[in-house]
Amino acid sequence: MVGLSSVSSNVMDDARLVVRIRTGDEQAMAQLYDRYSPIVYSVALRVLGDTGGAEDVMQDVFMQLWRNPAAFDSSRGSVPAWLAVVARNRAIDAIRKRRPADDIADTIVSVEPDLVGETERARAVDKVRGTLGGMPAAQRKALEMAFFGGLTHSEIAEKTGEPLGTIKTRIRSGLLALRKAMNG
Amino acid sequence: MTAHEQFGEDLALHALGALDGSERAALEKHLNECVDCRRELEQLRGDMALLALSASGPKPPQRARQRLLTAIAEEPERIQTATTKRSWWRTFEWVAAVAALAVVVLLVRQNSDLRRNIASVQARMLHQQAELARAKEVADLFTAPETQQVTLIAAKTPPQPQGKTFYLRNRGQLIFLANNLPPLPPDKIYELWLIPKVGAPLPAGLFRPDAHGSATVVNPPLPAGVEAKTFAVTLEPESGSHEAPRGQAVMAGIGE
Repeated sequence: MVGLSSVSSNVMDDARLVVRIRTGDEQAMAQLYDRYSPIVYSVALRVLGDTGGAEDVMQDVFMQLWRNPAAFDSSRGSVPAWLAVVARNRAIDAIRKRRPADDIADTIVSVEPDLVGETERARAVDKVRGTLGGMPAAQRKALEMAFFGGLTHSEIAEKTGEPLGTIKTRIRSGLLALRKAMNG
Repeated sequence: MTAHEQFGEDLALHALGALDGSERAALEKHLNECVDCRRELEQLRGDMALLALSASGPKPPQRARQRLLTAIAEEPERIQTATTKRSWWRTFEWVAAVAALAVVVLLVRQNSDLRRNIASVQARMLHQQAELARAKEVADLFTAPETQQVTLIAAKTPPQPQGKTFYLRNRGQLIFLANNLPPLPPDKIYELWLIPKVGAPLPAGLFRPDAHGSATVVNPPLPAGVEAKTFAVTLEPESGSHEAPRGQAVMAGIGE
């Protein structure tokens, strides 16, 4: 088990890395890549289903951070959570063959607890998978279609034949169930 | 949860980018105005990040690291202090905060102005009260029967009748003080006249001297605004002469 001091030191490390990246420190960028590229790559690969495309999205996400490190507001979220959401959004843009829908600076991610440290992330992954596994299949599917498939609620309703209202409710209650599992 | 419940489901969809059409437009309009819902949206994105964790899979290929570092090294040197395009929501928050601050400053300033105005009015009122009190003291001194009056003249000069007028034209106010007046003959009275620069003399009060030959006339009825050339005192029948001086002239102004 990793103690609080370890979590704090990881948070500090992330914050320091971002500060150093802002000064153009390439070594800091390499460290951040080593720490979080598996998350970014996994998300992109899950969305795209193709390794080449996932690598391109990962490259794009880290280059965006390098070019505009101030886009990440360290006071409002953890680096891995932010990178994961930006990677997912970029991968969805790639699937839809569209220009990036949002500026990365517009992606504000608030997450508790922190996901820094491999131990914390491994524990979080277990909890998330457990929660998803405990959901009704239709709810899990709706969540995954929205998150990994990038489908709108109308598209999900059309594909599943479910009413729009049901899709909305399933997605929201699914996200809240994840939050509750992590905070509980 | 503090976000508006009616937007809860749409917020979750919006966090996932899964809301479209008019519902998306309506929610974005609401987000412009609602801080709580914006916070909830950020939290829902955090919940999304948890979903992303469930995707953990193979590690990226080794070449990807070198590709990134090469690309970074080839990037033109960026300005280190480059600022990001701020989220327009956050810009909106700043604008709202600045506007609120401006309103507060305005209100404080108005409040301060009002306080200054009140203080100024109070100061003027106190000043006028003080002036009024001083004027009353002066009038009391002139008119009080117990006031002791001494007129100084050149030594060994027989006392002569003297009069002094204090006339404020724009208010039509007049105080007249006289002394050394000879006692009145029977059925006679002194009458003060205002001799205007233009027009006929105006009666300015009947008066009798006391045993010492002193007399005062305070604020006789006079129209305001009459420019006086001089003043005069005549000896008139006891009922006075209301239209024009007819009797013997006792004193006349020397045009001070």
